[in-house]
Amino acid sequence: MSDILINKVKQLLSDKAIDIFIGHGEGTGGRIRPIFVRTPEDAEQLIFNENCKQSWANYLLKPEVKAAGKIGMMATKHALRAMMQLASEFQIKDNEVLALYWDNNELKSSADFKEIEAYLASQNHDILPHEQEMIDKLNAMTTQERWDFWQKEYEKCIKCYACRSACPMCYCHHCAAEGNQPQWIPVASHQLGNMDWHLMRAMHLSGRCINCGACAKVCPMHIPLNLLTYNLITPIQQEFGAIAGMKHDATYALSTFKTEDKENFIL
Amino acid sequence: MENKNIYEPYMMRIAKITDEAPFVKTFRLEFVNPQDAENFSFHTGQFGEYSVYGEGESTFCIASPHTRKGYIECTFRQAGRVTGELASLEVGDSMGFRGPYGNIFPVEEWKGKNLLFIAGGIALPPMRSVIWTCLDTRENFKDVTILYGAKSVNDLVYKHELKEWEERPDVKLVTTVDPGGETPEWKGEVGFVPTVLDNMKPNPENTIAIVCGPPVMIKFTFPVLEKAGFKDEQIYTTLENRMKCGLGKCGRCNVGKVFVCKDGPVFSRTQLKELPDEY
Amino acid sequence: MEPIIKIIKSASLATIVDKLKGRYPRLYAPVKKQELVELEVINGFNDIAQDYLLTTQSVKKLAFPRVEKILDYTLQKGNIQQQSPDTSNFPETVLFGIRPCDASGFRSLTAIFNGDKPDEFYKSRYEKLIIISFACNKADAYCFCTSVGGNPGNTEGSDIQFTPVDNDEMLVEILTEKGKAVADLFSDLLSDCDKPVDKQAYLANVPVVFDVNKVIDNTTKSFNNEMLWINQSLRCIGCGACAFVCPTCACFDIQDEQNMKQGARLRLWDSCGFSLFTLHTSGHNPRHIQSHRWRQRLMHKFSYMPEQLKVVGCEGCGRCSRACPVDMNIKEHLLQIAEL
Repeated sequence: MSDILINKVKQLLSDKAIDIFIGHGEGTGGRIRPIFVRTPEDAEQLIFNENCKQSWANYLLKPEVKAAGKIGMMATKHALRAMMQLASEFQIKDNEVLALYWDNNELKSSADFKEIEAYLASQNHDILPHEQEMIDKLNAMTTQERWDFWQKEYEKCIKCYACRSACPMCYCHHCAAEGNQPQWIPVASHQLGNMDWHLMRAMHLSGRCINCGACAKVCPMHIPLNLLTYNLITPIQQEFGAIAGMKHDATYALSTFKTEDKENFIL
Repeated sequence: MENKNIYEPYMMRIAKITDEAPFVKTFRLEFVNPQDAENFSFHTGQFGEYSVYGEGESTFCIASPHTRKGYIECTFRQAGRVTGELASLEVGDSMGFRGPYGNIFPVEEWKGKNLLFIAGGIALPPMRSVIWTCLDTRENFKDVTILYGAKSVNDLVYKHELKEWEERPDVKLVTTVDPGGETPEWKGEVGFVPTVLDNMKPNPENTIAIVCGPPVMIKFTFPVLEKAGFKDEQIYTTLENRMKCGLGKCGRCNVGKVFVCKDGPVFSRTQLKELPDEY
Repeated sequence: MEPIIKIIKSASLATIVDKLKGRYPRLYAPVKKQELVELEVINGFNDIAQDYLLTTQSVKKLAFPRVEKILDYTLQKGNIQQQSPDTSNFPETVLFGIRPCDASGFRSLTAIFNGDKPDEFYKSRYEKLIIISFACNKADAYCFCTSVGGNPGNTEGSDIQFTPVDNDEMLVEILTEKGKAVADLFSDLLSDCDKPVDKQAYLANVPVVFDVNKVIDNTTKSFNNEMLWINQSLRCIGCGACAFVCPTCACFDIQDEQNMKQGARLRLWDSCGFSLFTLHTSGHNPRHIQSHRWRQRLMHKFSYMPEQLKVVGCEGCGRCSRACPVDMNIKEHLLQIAEL
């Protein structure tokens, strides 16, 4: 698979179809890291195997990457969904980013939102079984148990904001956590500051999270943060019929009024 | 006795508030503890951390001259969380002050020289301290020229003092406002500071130029001085960077290896040229 | 003082822990918590992680906590009272089983905090620490202590160091007066060294990968090498994980927290990698892109600190690389700089 990818990227770069390609590379001790390829020779460093599950969509809006020119990206399913969600939030335009993705062992490339949407529609987007199991476990807890579970997790947080930095949807230049007039979220990494931060972040991602799980994977303190945002996916889907990252022109469930919206929350 | 806790501010009481311009105020602060007032000393050019209890600290220079004892003054523009709260304080209210921090204007070395002060907008306060220091010991210096520019007539700060300087026979004051910022009654210059300075044909001989202003003003003023024949060691400025501790520990105000809070804020252009572009 | 060298049976460690526990108010040691190994208060020897390379976070939190209250005040209109927290009563704290790179990390912190205007909070906490380190008999791909002047058996910063020399024996180096007082608690368990022990033979092999002086020279020269910093940091996502797990990163923020009646001023960990770190109120940012912030991180540790504080701000523990979400391996980056 790596060879097919390498050849394709070499060609794209020599044809000047793209200026920079974001892909998977060999990291320290078997880890996978993002690499940025600008020349056909450098494309040799690209790899693709069963460990390459990471989405690099969070780089699409990074100024230094954008400054390099037209972007190509090795896109996992989650990266493609992130692209669609970013498009629906007017952060990337049609034909701006060339995505390479595997469709039944065939390497496809497209910058066309309609094509990407069609591919995504043909795929299964269920949450992984072990993640669903954790969510079920959490939901089966009493309120007190669930509170205790999360308090223990928040206690570990050092507020490095890796969750925010790795999230493709956390692209705000000025995060709500940093607004200080008024100071909504305590800056300090203490119990309250940590809890406020994670709850606020989860709320801002409700209906926008494309369940890539990056927030949990990057957490140096191994807090299962994805469970917070995942748990908001089902209610949003049930209440508003919306799934994030499937359509480039979707409207955001929580800020769009539709006459058929349920009104059962009104007393 | 020196504070053991380096972060503990002096408790200050606001003795006087002057409205300078829209959103710009000057506070005169007196020490609540008379002992503090006695022990405190500073020198022109230094700055401090001013705090509103419950909101945090903000960094400004001491805008009064060290030749006037018993109080300090600060001038600030209402912009963020702390300055927003500062603006709501009233005469008699308490606030905190930590300092003085940083280095000083080498006023002693300027004795016997002509002084040319060039300031823009809200950067007059750091200059005001050194201007008054020099005017309070006027006999030590030759010609004193002040060029001050602001966006509009309304934005000029220290209006009462500008008038005083204007009326003094031993000070030459030139005020200017940006094109469009003038009023029908305006009698000063109209134009940007560097242009007005160029027209003034400043004489570099035995003269020290002190420049304070927004980065863009400084950037365009230096070449004008250079063209007029000023050498790097004849030009001084003060830098500002975001600060928290003021003590060279918190790690954010450095320009290359130089901490603005400890090694600055006053720099000669010779020193400035050695610094990387990180301010 | 001249180090005192002794031998102890490994089986005696549990007794030592009990004795320390009985004598000192707080005893910290590495504790396994799912995927993490954290320095925590322990109740007994059995709480201590058996097989660990390093704690996930560094030990700096014991002298420079994540949140430190630096001022207390009451808020009543017209009558504000302030008080500095008492720094004279921090409990004596034993750190048991930390690694040499953690112990020597205090050198950088001390240089920054104590300096010409000592920070009482750091100073008082650090003075109360008793550091009993364990030399490393293993290392991983991220370790590079030997390249920055350390080594797996570095005794700098430790009061006592244990080195496992055989299956059932440990070398004990009593290094300071403080350490001697602690060792007196278990002197009955210590035996003399009959013959010199080759400590080196029992230590992990950590190859030297670069010449630190080259790194210092080349970082100092490379400030304006924009492409170097951009290429190195292209994948950096600008989080603070590296700084927060680092044993020497000391940058901090000061924030107030209050309710209607009282408040406190807090000193909090901060990171030069955050875009807001240097942002002016005007919107101007002297380090406006990530490459400039990455440059600051390396310049601070390898150029500014060596020049001004006479210490290299890195212990080669590799924590930043392990914690990095995108595998920014600092060893690789420093090697690249050394080879410029």
